[in-house]
Amino acid sequence: LSGIRISDFPKHRAYDQVFFLCTKTQSYSRPSYFPWRCIEKILKDDASEEKGERARMASFVGAIAITDLVKTTLGPKGMDKILQSTGRGHEVTVTNDGATILKSLHIDNPAAKVLIDISKVQDDEVGDGTTSVVVLAGELLREAEKLVAAKIHPMTIISGYRMAAECARNALLQRVVDNKENAEKFKSDLMKIAMTTLSSKILSQDKEHFAQLAVDAVMRLKGSTNLEAIQIIKKPGGSLKDSFLDEGFILDKKIGLGQPKRIENAKILVANTAMDTDKVKIYGARVRVDSMSKVAEIEGAEKEKMREKVKKILGHGINCFVNRQLIYNFPEELFADAGILAIEHADFDGIERLALVTGGEIASTFDNPESVKLGHCKLIEEIMIGEDKLIHFSGVEMGQACTIVLRGASHHVLDEAERSLHDALCVLSQTVNDTRVLLGGGWPEMVMAKEVDELARKTPGKKSHAIEAFSRALVAIPTIIADNAGLDSADLVAKLRAEHHKEGCNAGIDVISGSVGDMAELGISEAFKVKQAVLLSATEAAEMILRVDEIITCAPRKREDRM
Amino acid sequence: MALAFDEYGRPFIILKEQEQKTRLRGIEAQKANISAGKAVARILRTSLGPKGMDKMLQSPDGDVTITNDGATILEQMDVDNQIAKLMVELSRSQDYEIGDGTTGVVVMAGALLEQAERLLERGIHPIRIAEGYEMASRIAVEHLDHIAQKFDFGPTNIEPLVQTCMTTLSSKIVNRCKRPLAEIAVKAVLSVADLERKDVNLDLIKVEGKVGGKLEDTELVYGITVDKDMSHPQMPKKIDDAKIAILTCPFEPPKPKTKHKVDIDTVEKFQTLRQQEQKYFDDMVQKCKDVGATLVICQWGFDDEANHLLMHRNLPAVRWVGGVELELIAIATGGRIVPRFQELTPEKLGRAGLVREKSFGTTKDKMLYIEHCANSRAVTIFIRGGNKMMIEETKRSIHDALCVARNLIRNNSIVYGGGSAEISCSIAVEAAADKYPGVEQYAIRAFADALDSVSIALAENSGLQPIETLSAVKSQQIKENNPHFGIDCNDVGTNDMREQNVFETLIGKQQQILLATQVVKMILKIDDVISPSDF
Repeated sequence: LSGIRISDFPKHRAYDQVFFLCTKTQSYSRPSYFPWRCIEKILKDDASEEKGERARMASFVGAIAITDLVKTTLGPKGMDKILQSTGRGHEVTVTNDGATILKSLHIDNPAAKVLIDISKVQDDEVGDGTTSVVVLAGELLREAEKLVAAKIHPMTIISGYRMAAECARNALLQRVVDNKENAEKFKSDLMKIAMTTLSSKILSQDKEHFAQLAVDAVMRLKGSTNLEAIQIIKKPGGSLKDSFLDEGFILDKKIGLGQPKRIENAKILVANTAMDTDKVKIYGARVRVDSMSKVAEIEGAEKEKMREKVKKILGHGINCFVNRQLIYNFPEELFADAGILAIEHADFDGIERLALVTGGEIASTFDNPESVKLGHCKLIEEIMIGEDKLIHFSGVEMGQACTIVLRGASHHVLDEAERSLHDALCVLSQTVNDTRVLLGGGWPEMVMAKEVDELARKTPGKKSHAIEAFSRALVAIPTIIADNAGLDSADLVAKLRAEHHKEGCNAGIDVISGSVGDMAELGISEAFKVKQAVLLSATEAAEMILRVDEIITCAPRKREDRM
Repeated sequence: MALAFDEYGRPFIILKEQEQKTRLRGIEAQKANISAGKAVARILRTSLGPKGMDKMLQSPDGDVTITNDGATILEQMDVDNQIAKLMVELSRSQDYEIGDGTTGVVVMAGALLEQAERLLERGIHPIRIAEGYEMASRIAVEHLDHIAQKFDFGPTNIEPLVQTCMTTLSSKIVNRCKRPLAEIAVKAVLSVADLERKDVNLDLIKVEGKVGGKLEDTELVYGITVDKDMSHPQMPKKIDDAKIAILTCPFEPPKPKTKHKVDIDTVEKFQTLRQQEQKYFDDMVQKCKDVGATLVICQWGFDDEANHLLMHRNLPAVRWVGGVELELIAIATGGRIVPRFQELTPEKLGRAGLVREKSFGTTKDKMLYIEHCANSRAVTIFIRGGNKMMIEETKRSIHDALCVARNLIRNNSIVYGGGSAEISCSIAVEAAADKYPGVEQYAIRAFADALDSVSIALAENSGLQPIETLSAVKSQQIKENNPHFGIDCNDVGTNDMREQNVFETLIGKQQQILLATQVVKMILKIDDVISPSDF
């Protein structure tokens, strides 16, 4: 009975979030105060150990607390969360993206950390379904808790879950639709997926508009998953509807003074070079002079050097020069004299993208003008979005990159819009590579649950309980979607289950009308890859947590208070 | 206690600052030590075997590790007790020496301590117990030699090796895909093994992990992967038949180590210096080009200008490659690491059939694959998995599997697993005990009981009735005089471990018994514990 934390046994579920989400409340449990510890003290002070049922309980409670936290954001009528940072300024983020919420939490419970981790990985790997994966893992654990209470060994539960997951995946594979051959249909699939993804986000009001944006942008990538090529510029002002996709490239910079504001048939040199006083790079060099006139001479030489450099750059026959680093006044003036548009301090991504778009090469030396590839575009001009001036490159050679300009009422709206759009873009770019598509709205879960239920009936032994539990966990997802929409979930899910008993049924929950509807007709689709990742990583995480029978927490490292 | 008196009756102090120390002596000390050792063993006991449970460990920084690898658990447990530290050492030395069986050795030591406690209560002197254990361990090790079997494998017949690695992996969380992982481990070991000398240099196998994807995506790369990308975004992403210059000097102007200053006092000097600098960059790139390199791998960074020159001359380059990776690349490609540009010669270049950059997922993670190397003996196991903990655990499991395969190549004797070897030894030791006159007989018998308790733990973890199962197996072994009967952990339906294909290496098992006995002897010999008491 050494060092039990009283808080691990919440009397009411409502409390456990409080206990597990606050790191600071830890100090009341100092195991070293327990006098009987000194008899068998093996671990260091402050380190604690939890065994068997207690350990399992702690991890179940932690995992379920996390699940309950993000559960309400699931589905088209899910609610948002406000996150306030503890750092300076107490910045506020409003979001319903699971990964973003979980990333910002300070969690002390190790099992909860596992769940946060899978949500992060889901975000990195497929970009969407970050909430679903946590909710499914949580539901699996919730079911497992009941089984453990019914004296079924965790290992039996795990092997049951594994069989069930395999069976569920096969069920999905059988019902999957692949429209790779038919470009027209595939595009409409993409459109549907984008709309489904966006419908649960802040953009749901204008989801058609944004789905079109996202599909267009992804189609331009031509199968690459490099989302770097899609630039998102956020400009407050206007409404979300005013957002648009630009086929060219927009650089968030101003054109230097006295330089042309509009260039047709531009030849662009993209560079990464120092355009301030070009330092002597040889180590230990310094200027040592004995009179003022010498200083002036050297300064002159420096200027001469810069002039030469500019001349070399001009020798490329360009009329636009974009540099990653600063351009000082003097060279800028020289460029202005030559009638060349010089853009300074484009950040690194901007440079790379620009090089990608215009087909130019990022140059740092300028001695061989004939062999450096220049970028081309039809028109460079300054445009106004809201109150800001931006530089717009249109008619570019390579159509792979594009820019999406987001407009919206406030920074919070824009940030959330960007996250939502990013999710949609991720899913679409993954779908372009793996073109298999499923219906949405709780349909895949019901299909899986049906197959898994059948498997449970066929399996002899204790495993069948676990398999049955798996199907219950799957059904929990449509239930939560319905609950979040304020519908009668018990009634709806029962109807849905009855519908699914028929062969080849397309029924799912239609949140808008609040009834069971045909998902194919409603055009609600999801990417197979996302669903598969949700299923597999949730099972993996649940398995990992179930296998644990002991938690050893080391003494937290002492930190000096910097305040 | 630590007070003595000289011949005039004056007290003097033997132990300095004695009020700040606590001291345990005699039987008290032994009891305390044994109970500490047992406590550690008890933690690991539930992790033994294919159905063993995992432990969740939270480090001082709040990172979570989930594992059932004995050595890892003990290492991260933040142990404070001295005897417990000995047990940690025990598991670690098994890990260094054999790489597998780290849990078993601790459980074994715990069982020996438990038995010793009982003997102590009966008033047997600890040294006699230690001696008895020593004799018994010798009998057990000899018996293992006796029941061990040689088994054959070759570069074409890897099945037996794969089976053994699968036994190791089956107790880990990765047992879902133990077959592919075991194959990967065996292939990796065989490709670096020197079958003539029976030696394997595990340093040549690099185990890399990257979060994302599935465990099934784990692959064996015949070559090296480097977590870097090309220095210039527009360099080619794929190079066939690469000739690689491996450099440890930066593409930057030289920095002589002696302190010096270059004074610029005239305009001419300023200009010459500038020209020299430009020439210097040009020369560096030219030298690489001259020797015929098609890829430059550099330990240091590049100047922007050098970077562009490289790009311009169509010479792809990778910068900031770590020292260890650089060495591995050099070994794999048969190149030499060149510290100065002047020393670059065509012979020093490494060769690789294919170098390519691969990107993952939605983030811009990129890795560089160097494949089809001149010297194909360096390989990389590239692990994918759902999350960071999974990857770490897979790494540890793969390490265990690699060690097992290596041990088999060194010495191809095996014993059967599933507790069968322990039970068989226990029978042999029990039988031998009666031949010894004197008190040691009891200790030897206790040793046999301790061996049994490992099998009992195995049966317990598998959810079987421990005592019933053990006695059934034991009588079966004696009746049929067949040491291959063990505990059927996976509920396959047969007790014969030969049919279940559950092997362990002979040296691993022997080492377990020897190491556990040694540590227990050491603990038993302690009769005085002095420790500062200011906790």
